[in-house]
Amino acid sequence: VRGTPGILLAALAALAVLATVAIVYVAGGKSPQLVTQAILTGILLGGVYALVSIGLTLIFGVLGIVNFAQGTLLTVAMYVAYVLVTAAGLNVYVATLVAIPVLFAVGYAIQATMLNRLMRPGGTEGQLLVTLGLSLLVANLLLLGFGGLEKTITPPLNGNLHIFGAIAPISRVVAFAGAILLAIALTVVLQKTRLGLTIRSVAANSQGAQLVGVNIRRVFALTFGLGTATVGAAGGLLLPFLSLTPSTGEQFTILAFVIVVLGGLGSVRGAIVGGLTVGLVQTVGGLYLPGTGALLLVFAVFILVLFFRPQGLFGSAP
Amino acid sequence: MSHLLRSPAGRQFAILVAGTAVLAFVPFVLPADRHAVAVRTLTFAIMAVGWNIMSGFGGMFSFGHAAFFGIGAYADAYLLVAHGISPWVAMPVGGALAACFGVAAAFASLRYRLAGAYFALATFAFAQMLLLLVANLDVLKKTEGFNIPILAEPSWAKLQFAQNSNNYFWIPLGLLAFALVVNIVLVHSRTGQFVMATRDDQTAAEALGIPVMRYRLVAVAVSAALTAMAGVFYAQYYLYVDPDNAFGASVSVEAIVPAIIGGIGTIWGPVVGAMIVGPLSEVTASILRDPPQALAFLQGKSGLDVASYALLVILIALFLPRGVYGSLAARFRR
Repeated sequence: VRGTPGILLAALAALAVLATVAIVYVAGGKSPQLVTQAILTGILLGGVYALVSIGLTLIFGVLGIVNFAQGTLLTVAMYVAYVLVTAAGLNVYVATLVAIPVLFAVGYAIQATMLNRLMRPGGTEGQLLVTLGLSLLVANLLLLGFGGLEKTITPPLNGNLHIFGAIAPISRVVAFAGAILLAIALTVVLQKTRLGLTIRSVAANSQGAQLVGVNIRRVFALTFGLGTATVGAAGGLLLPFLSLTPSTGEQFTILAFVIVVLGGLGSVRGAIVGGLTVGLVQTVGGLYLPGTGALLLVFAVFILVLFFRPQGLFGSAP
Repeated sequence: MSHLLRSPAGRQFAILVAGTAVLAFVPFVLPADRHAVAVRTLTFAIMAVGWNIMSGFGGMFSFGHAAFFGIGAYADAYLLVAHGISPWVAMPVGGALAACFGVAAAFASLRYRLAGAYFALATFAFAQMLLLLVANLDVLKKTEGFNIPILAEPSWAKLQFAQNSNNYFWIPLGLLAFALVVNIVLVHSRTGQFVMATRDDQTAAEALGIPVMRYRLVAVAVSAALTAMAGVFYAQYYLYVDPDNAFGASVSVEAIVPAIIGGIGTIWGPVVGAMIVGPLSEVTASILRDPPQALAFLQGKSGLDVASYALLVILIALFLPRGVYGSLAARFRR
């Protein structure tokens, strides 16, 4: 399993997903409408997961840092958008555009002031602890500042789309579209720009990049900033349909790790495929395993991937 | 006697005996409303000593010690509630179960050479999986959890006493002393030396013929069993267990934080760390209840306790990677 090319595995995985869906339709014992709804919900949910995972995969893939604070930074982005919406009266999608540079700055600062001290070999523990500490610190500062009560905004886009007899709330469709746009934008940045070239060179060989004159500490900080800017976008897109508490983002940290490992470190398309897979496993599995049972399936998949293909679907062999 | 004290192990045992004897008098001088904090501090210390054996001395950073703690807590609650079996039996049973689970999970992870961040993620996933499993199992009462029935009479056999009984302090103190004895014996044994050699340089250890995998698993098993013991006591003290308070990620954090603050890979670091973290929550709670003028806006809010120890963890990771005790000890040795 380890040596097989990612594309082949991805195709196999896609086939397996299609086959499973077909079996669920034909022999699953559930009404077809219910199944269609589960699939649609799963795809939209997967888009949300992908949105949060894209930044994590970039940070993990380039810097090798397990960013335990990713979910909490998502919460921060949501509070930024929330304050802009309620206090300044902005449209939530305009607020999203403001949250992106704010979160970029936050991420840049975290890497430049703290994590850059721990980029030496053997610094893994320190990195884990700093991001874990940040996650706890920020979540609890938010708790001190905003209290634990749930906050919601009135979504600017109400209503539903009807697709094959299933219902899709428009704000979720917008979030899904946002995830795709974000993935495209990030891919363009990484593949077509000078900054992207620099980031990829540092990811491939940071020492070599340094020797040819790349300021790697700055690139580390820029990369971390890009990774957190994506949750800046995610926060505003999620706010219309998620109720906000200081711990809202934490549930995403765990799932985002699953998705990143599943899709492959540093792979943006891996994050999309992984996100969709996890979303579908959760909703289609949820037809049979109520409550959190479907999440159990997600973790079973995670552990299998970790053991049999630790580089993920689209990652290159270590 | 004097030659005993000259060996490092002898000195450590002497400190342990003296320290335990002094601490045993704490309940007599402590105001009644500080009792719960003292018990929490001791529980933190047991968990951190357990975590430190695997992650500090063994070099395998675990972010999933909630798995072991939870196995202990649930073993106790299930055996007691469903079968009336004493918590004193639940300790070895829970410890053995946790050790088996830990060895299986670590073997699976290490066989594929998962290291560093990947290993931490795998342990995290295993703990999360147990949480979800327990939350979906009817036998273990799903998300509802177990209430341990309150007895009319205090009972040593059922490990239940009047609220604020000093026994609730002495029992975890005894468990902590036991964990430290295990730790000291392990560190000075051949096994422990092999464990640390494996941590410091795996390739060199392998070249010397040390069966690396075996000694890593020994460290995991000991660490898991000690942490499970803390779980058993926790269930008996709070008389309530549910998936979140047994297997939640915050439990893993509670095992890590004291060890980090005190100093990983040292005998006394986790204990020192627990003595900092445990009372910290009490200090912050009193600040929030009755804040000084400058912090008046914090009145009645929550979150300051975790925020303050999170800040400590960040500062220590950045500036004092050997921890409070570890750095002091290193300075004195020089």
